[in-house]
Amino acid sequence: MAKILMKGNEAIAESAVRAGGLLYFGYPITPQSEIAEYLAHRMPEVGGVFLQIESEVAVANVLYGAAGAGARVWTSSSSPGISLMMEAVSYIAAAELPCVIVNIVRCGPGLGGILPSQGDYFQAVKGGGHGDYRCLVLAPCSVQEAVDLMPLAFDRADRYRNPVIVIGDGMIGQMMEPVEFTEQQFPPLPPKDWATTGCQGRKPNVINSLYLDPVEEEKLNFKLAAKYEQMKKNEVRYEKFRTDRELECLLVAYGTTARVCKTAIQRLDDEGIPTGLLRPITLFPFPEEAIYELSQRARFLLSVEMSTGQMVEDVRLAVGRSKPVYFYGRAGGMVPSPEEVVDAVKRYLAGGDR
Amino acid sequence: MQIETVFAGFGGQGVMLAGRVLAEVGMKLGKEVVWLPSYGPEMRGGTANCVVIIADEPIASPIIAHPRDTVVMNRPSLEKFCPAQKPGGYAIVNSSLINIRPDRDDIRVVEVPANEVAIEAGSGKAANMVMLGAYVGVTGIVPVEAVIEQIKEEFQAKAKLIPLNITCVERGYDIGRAAAGYCV
Repeated sequence: MAKILMKGNEAIAESAVRAGGLLYFGYPITPQSEIAEYLAHRMPEVGGVFLQIESEVAVANVLYGAAGAGARVWTSSSSPGISLMMEAVSYIAAAELPCVIVNIVRCGPGLGGILPSQGDYFQAVKGGGHGDYRCLVLAPCSVQEAVDLMPLAFDRADRYRNPVIVIGDGMIGQMMEPVEFTEQQFPPLPPKDWATTGCQGRKPNVINSLYLDPVEEEKLNFKLAAKYEQMKKNEVRYEKFRTDRELECLLVAYGTTARVCKTAIQRLDDEGIPTGLLRPITLFPFPEEAIYELSQRARFLLSVEMSTGQMVEDVRLAVGRSKPVYFYGRAGGMVPSPEEVVDAVKRYLAGGDR
Repeated sequence: MQIETVFAGFGGQGVMLAGRVLAEVGMKLGKEVVWLPSYGPEMRGGTANCVVIIADEPIASPIIAHPRDTVVMNRPSLEKFCPAQKPGGYAIVNSSLINIRPDRDDIRVVEVPANEVAIEAGSGKAANMVMLGAYVGVTGIVPVEAVIEQIKEEFQAKAKLIPLNITCVERGYDIGRAAAGYCV
């Protein structure tokens, strides 16, 4: 198939449709409203459902109900809207239901602005809602990768019976790049024999997250924990760039910021400062082993983010005290430029700003 | 080889479309491309710009602090983007609405009376296509025939606008070609 030029938001929507994500509930918010706009005309063409609901709180609860009925469901929003969904996401995680949530992140806190940011890392990776749960978190760095990760998101949501978050900064949603849609093959999924599909002739299925008996609740907690361990074992994804050599500095960055870092690395090469990049594609599970391994051939690490420092905490956990880990970030909708990253690397190389 | 071009103007002048046409053409020629809009809350009247990157290799950073070229349709855009251009780049300046020139002697400036040309061709709304044609004429970044093919595709649903837009691209292209002689 020939490549087509598509905006990230529209490409995400089309990829979800092709992956069988035919039930979409949403509420518009910049910078991801093109997802809803696209689906409003696309879903009727494929016999799917596009439904705009009165608020993000309601969207997430409809998601909860429809996922419980066994449908392949998803939604998208941007940061303030995602915050409104967090209560229901916690319920969905507790009830072990599959769903996909796309967050095209804008700057915050609060209503913030509409420009790109990576300030929702903590929310996506560390829980977000209440209680002891995790979401699988996928972070594309291009429109093509966003397209490729959507089918995986749906498959893993079903396989683990767990919410999967696809997180992209505003730029991933707004940018146009050539894309190709290829069909991905996954092993067969287990039947959804837990779904509330009508119980004539069988015992009723119950979707629930209330466990007043501590023995039962703890059992659920450890069952979920075992599931997250499985994710850590099987789902870690990352890209290495220019790391096959001794490094002055190992950059760690995800999403659009990682691409900025790649340009910075080319410029640092021109100046004879070998630098590499590790780009996490899954933020949870975090590629801690790979980062630790690569850190051993670098003098120091630099986490580059569109935030005031969030992922850097996980980078520090990954390397312990074996190497210094520094941080460079822009926030508020400002995007780091390759030149700024080059300067930050040189500053730390010279021992400044410690 | 990588060329970055900023298309900038008022919202409603069609800079997003002009940039997208170039990106589409680049993609169909087998190049790597990125089209990145500045996005704001305004629908019309605010400033609008997009960056188009056309490259032979995969494009790393889509964030461009220093574009090689600019296509500026109003004065605020010239004041904002021309100072950031790389030395040796091109600035296509809409002289219908801009009465200053970039204050630099290391970039090549082409003045195009885009609004007048477009009005003469049938509608001032197609000034963006005059600018795009001129940019292609001066730089040869893509063949003008490919731009014209893309216009036919782009305006499929509004076929009556195709001749106007093609005329505007062609007249802009001629201005660009003529300028290429003295400005290169």
